[in-house]
Amino acid sequence: MRDLVKRLTGTAFYRSIFRHGFADTNRNRSLAVFTNFFLHIHAVKVRRRAIAFRRTGYLGGLSAACFFILLVTGILLMFYYRPSVPEAYHDMKDLQFVVSAGVFLRNLHRWSAHAMVALVLAHMAVTFFRGAYRPPREFNWVIGVFLMLATVLLSYTGYLLPWDQLAYWAVTVGTNMAEAAPIVGAKLKLLLLGGHTINAAALLRFYVLHCVLLPFWLVLGLCVHIWRVRKDGGIYLPPPAPSAATDEDQA
Amino acid sequence: MPLDDDLSSPLSEEELARRRTLTLLGAGALTAAGLGTAVVGYRFFEPNVFYEEDARVGIGRPEEIAPGSVMVLPKKRLYVVRNADGSFYALSSICTHLGCMTRYVPENAQVACPCHGSRFSLEGKVTAGPAPRPLRRLKMSLERGILIVDASQEIPAGQLFKVT
Repeated sequence: MRDLVKRLTGTAFYRSIFRHGFADTNRNRSLAVFTNFFLHIHAVKVRRRAIAFRRTGYLGGLSAACFFILLVTGILLMFYYRPSVPEAYHDMKDLQFVVSAGVFLRNLHRWSAHAMVALVLAHMAVTFFRGAYRPPREFNWVIGVFLMLATVLLSYTGYLLPWDQLAYWAVTVGTNMAEAAPIVGAKLKLLLLGGHTINAAALLRFYVLHCVLLPFWLVLGLCVHIWRVRKDGGIYLPPPAPSAATDEDQA
Repeated sequence: MPLDDDLSSPLSEEELARRRTLTLLGAGALTAAGLGTAVVGYRFFEPNVFYEEDARVGIGRPEEIAPGSVMVLPKKRLYVVRNADGSFYALSSICTHLGCMTRYVPENAQVACPCHGSRFSLEGKVTAGPAPRPLRRLKMSLERGILIVDASQEIPAGQLFKVT
């Protein structure tokens, strides 16, 4: 057995993928992280208190995990869903009652979407109240705000796609809110709907926004966001509290 | 021997002038292309043809509508009222708050919106709720004996249509 493992891991093929050895040394541990595309999100070494659950609640990571679930289930739903009138509603019902595992995927997509909005807002609240948005992380906060916008817009555009009464009237109310914006309001509504009432053009526009443009925006933003976390010095740690001695000195 | 690159060799006045001109030309071309793309892009997203229903709706012959009656046309999003004296008026049934479809409640002769609780009188006046304006009163006309309501033309509140 040991010989077999040794022979397999000794092949040129294996060595072309994994370039580090097995011995439990600091060098191999470091190589395992920074020669691996997926692991290099983290630095080779992080402070234990920086990755403590209490510090961040892992809310950013959980938001990203939700987005990954949404991406996978969303792509699967696209195999059955046609963004046209009246097929959209029928396809949604087919997914619920006819397609194998359809109801599971649809509900997973739905609940992950709800969870993602909640987690993103909680992540922002933690970042804000911990003061982690302050320099040098101020630009990453701005990227985060745009990611939150993308999340909310994805949630909103996805709401129309079932093409049921709830969807129809929710988007009626939503686009009328957009119309209430000064000066640009009426044009904004026209561009969103591709018409004056919610109809086939609006469904198609919301579909393209939901499945192509907004996910692209979010993926791009997420890459920069995670990259900046490392470039700005890793997860925020509050400066050490002034020691008792210094306090006495000042007093 | 030190490396001789273009940064360390001084530029002549002529070369500097040429560089400024080309920079200006390049920036100008980029600006023009950017503005053009923005305008064309905006025009692309604004449809030129709307495949929508006609705003003008024929609702029937006036002599077939009894005085003192209310016609509820949910698919056309209209209420057509004929007063006891025989005059007509037409109201849009779209709530002026956020665009939901209102419902006529015959028991107390009022119009109610299910979304945020706005209430209107049968004349279209707001009686309760967040609606900022009365229901839109629409222009009516008579063509070849058929009453027509034009949902794209609003007329002042209180104006009535009389068939002569």
